[in-house]
Amino acid sequence: MSAAVITPTELAVPRDGPWRHAGRRLVRRRAAVFGLCVVAAMVGLALLAPWIAPFDPLATSFALVRKAPGSTHWFGTDEVGRDLLSRVIWGGRASLAAGVISVAIAIGVGVPLGMLAGYAGGWLDAVVSRITDAMLAVPFLILAIALAAFLGPSLSNAMIAIGITGTPIFVRLTRGQVMNVRAEEYVEAARAVGNSPARILLRHILPNILPPIIVQATLAIAAAIIAEASLSFLGLGQQPPAPSWGSMLNTAQRFLTQAPWMALFPGLAIFQTVLAFNLLGDGLRDALDPKAT
Amino acid sequence: MLKFLPRRLLQLVPTLFLVSVLIFGLQQLLPGDPATVMAGEEHDPAVIEQIRKQYRLDRALPIQYLYWIKGVAEGDLGESMRIKQPVSQLIATKLPVTLQLATMAMLFAIVIGIPAGVLSAVKKGSAWDIGANVFALWGISTPNFWLGIMLIFLFSVQLGWLPASGFVSPFEDLRQSIAATVMPAFVLGNAIAAVLMRHMRSAMLQALGSDYVRTARAKGLLEHVVILKHALRNALTPVITLGALEFGALLSGAVLTEQVFSIPGFGKLIVDAVFNRDYAVVQGVVLVTATVYVLLNLLADILFILVNPRLRD
Repeated sequence: MSAAVITPTELAVPRDGPWRHAGRRLVRRRAAVFGLCVVAAMVGLALLAPWIAPFDPLATSFALVRKAPGSTHWFGTDEVGRDLLSRVIWGGRASLAAGVISVAIAIGVGVPLGMLAGYAGGWLDAVVSRITDAMLAVPFLILAIALAAFLGPSLSNAMIAIGITGTPIFVRLTRGQVMNVRAEEYVEAARAVGNSPARILLRHILPNILPPIIVQATLAIAAAIIAEASLSFLGLGQQPPAPSWGSMLNTAQRFLTQAPWMALFPGLAIFQTVLAFNLLGDGLRDALDPKAT
Repeated sequence: MLKFLPRRLLQLVPTLFLVSVLIFGLQQLLPGDPATVMAGEEHDPAVIEQIRKQYRLDRALPIQYLYWIKGVAEGDLGESMRIKQPVSQLIATKLPVTLQLATMAMLFAIVIGIPAGVLSAVKKGSAWDIGANVFALWGISTPNFWLGIMLIFLFSVQLGWLPASGFVSPFEDLRQSIAATVMPAFVLGNAIAAVLMRHMRSAMLQALGSDYVRTARAKGLLEHVVILKHALRNALTPVITLGALEFGALLSGAVLTEQVFSIPGFGKLIVDAVFNRDYAVVQGVVLVTATVYVLLNLLADILFILVNPRLRD
């Protein structure tokens, strides 16, 4: 019945979906593509660490203490003779896992709370918003340090601390987005035909507010990687001897005069990964939100 | 303005109340019996009992909170377990150090960020613009503790121009004081400069596209007058307030910078406290930081209204 209404020309030219359209816009941005490639490479290295790393990241050797970069040990060795390249590759696992898992925690808690607050309004919104304000009143890293301090130093506690600290940003973002689209006609229509609030939120509102959340998530991963490195640098994240970029920098500072390469490579690894996520995030913002540019 | 201020002040009450609940609640995260954990290495039952009494850990949680907040309101943030000094006194001695560092960092950020933002907006699409954007990207992607370590390597280890660590009060020796803080202040200001540059660029682009700038140009004013007097003055307003919000980032960054450069400030106080399991100090520092930050936000809001005549009534 409805097929009769569609003309053959319309069938021949399929309408381009918004996501595919955004994908094409993203690919046109060289910086974003570069960011995406670096992120993909770092994720690949981290996943394949056991096969790619040339040496055991924990194997010490008195004969190899603080050797400068060379043909066998490309990044040199550390104060107990461990291969730095292998440690940087393995350290990527901790950093990327911390970035992704802590942001997943922040999204998992923040987005549902923000959607509830934005859609329900009233006292629920007031309570959620005040708690969000209070959490945002404490500077990011200081709250993360305090949480990590009370939870106890470990990589998983650092992820929890960063995740909790990052939650209010997602609550506020989602709440604002939901309030924007709540009055839109398609939401009204969905309500008028008798959809339940849960269905309206998940099927009608969520897909429409997803783009800014994706952009924020990408930039939040960059911030979370720096935060994990910071906590590990302070001794509150990954515990030795397990490698992480932050804790490697902590040790490196003590050997700055004798072995500066110990500080160079883990720092470059953090910089490059964070830069890549920032480039990707900026590119995604341009691609997903044409109004912003 | 007169109508706005009381309402805005009233908003602070629930925020600060919840901040205090949050900070008090941190204690509940401690694994096991808080008194035993707080005692640390000390296993003497008498000491543990004393801690339990001091923090009223045997009472119900709301009661504990009430006693704690009553003390806070009277300026009593508890006592450091390790140094045996009142927390408020510790904070009072460390805060000026961090404030000096933060002020210098902000100065760096403004001196670098604002001109870079103006330049990249005025010369949009040019090599200057690309350069400024690359700088901003570099600034927000570089972990400041790594930048600090690299600068120490360059300026202290290799060139021997600047001291690698330590702090000298400006009242003792101004020259030494500046020499000791110039590197950490740059490290701390660098990331803020990047953020300011981005804000400045977009505010300036908006101002340059506005009607009043077109009018000013149409009147035949010189281009630098149009840019500096007409566009910049208007574009600075949002940047000032957004800049004030960066104070939080400054305090977060100070924790790491002070650690790298061994500066005995606020940030080092909280890190040392964390490792000494000196929980009262951690709570005190977080509470004071949050209060300062909230008050700065308020100040930024007031400033925004004061410099924006359209919002004044």
